[in-house]
Amino acid sequence: MSSGGARLARSSRETLPVWQRLLIAALMLALFAGLALALLSLPGQSEGLRQEVAAQLARSGVSHPVTAVLINFRGYDTLLEMAVLLLALVGVWSLAPAAQLRLERAGAVLERLAQLYGPLMLLVAGYLLWRGAHAPGGAFQAGAVLGAAGVLMLLAGRHPAASLTGWPLRLVAVLGLALFAAIAALLLAGGGALLQFPPEHAARLILLIETAAAISIGATLAALFLGGQHGGGAAR
Amino acid sequence: MNVALFYALTGAGIFTLGLHGVIIYRHLLRKIMAINIMGSGVFLVLAGLARRVPAGPPDPVPHAMVITGIVVAVAATALALVLLLRLLDVSGSVVLPDNEEE
Repeated sequence: MSSGGARLARSSRETLPVWQRLLIAALMLALFAGLALALLSLPGQSEGLRQEVAAQLARSGVSHPVTAVLINFRGYDTLLEMAVLLLALVGVWSLAPAAQLRLERAGAVLERLAQLYGPLMLLVAGYLLWRGAHAPGGAFQAGAVLGAAGVLMLLAGRHPAASLTGWPLRLVAVLGLALFAAIAALLLAGGGALLQFPPEHAARLILLIETAAAISIGATLAALFLGGQHGGGAAR
Repeated sequence: MNVALFYALTGAGIFTLGLHGVIIYRHLLRKIMAINIMGSGVFLVLAGLARRVPAGPPDPVPHAMVITGIVVAVAATALALVLLLRLLDVSGSVVLPDNEEE
């Protein structure tokens, strides 16, 4: 992809005639006016669903409303989101085999930085995960930091062993979704509604789901980076 | 105009700018970036509207949606980038073919 920069410059907007660009700009302005009108027509003050969330917060198992919404009240969102992440990973893997690694050797600074930051990022991820129960934080933030740690390791030339990128990586990537779905199925079998956590166990269940989700999100994000890393033409 | 509405309007503007980029740029990497800008605009609208409460912490539901949306956007972007690389592998081009040229 050495010619990528040249292509990027060449194929920018000069291919469109002026009247088309003006028309598109006018349409975009009209769209913005419509969106602005819609936003301005909303009531200037609104409680939203805050009161409803606050009323049920004590039964959710956590004290931070956003985490309660994410894992408990709107657990569907998070469950399906884990499925979307997994689907993206399956898509990436089916287009570009992860075995095709051609990363260059990193410089000494990056290697040293990765050595210093790797453990620190693991610690931060664990802290964010635990913190999510009562303050901003949680599985996604922890997963993002874990994913970033994985990317940093890859950039520093520390590739996972080939034996780890096969079944172990797949198991870790599915872990979050599988555990979430299994808990949902068990609750369903136990006579409750889907994803309706009993309040007395909610705290433990949420921590369990969040831990698995954070590990899966981190592994998936790093694997997405790895999967897209192959050089042009190397995959086939 | 209150601050929450200002953020939401800014988000709508960012969304429109992103859509403009998706339409006028032919390079697919630019299109992918423009779609991400559109997504950021949507997130800003959601976060802005969540702040319309009279006092105290904002509405948590839109915030949860933004967190979910960010992760989905990252995953979709990764898939789009790999599709782009694959297109480059197969066709040697980073733009979609024009119907007129065929």
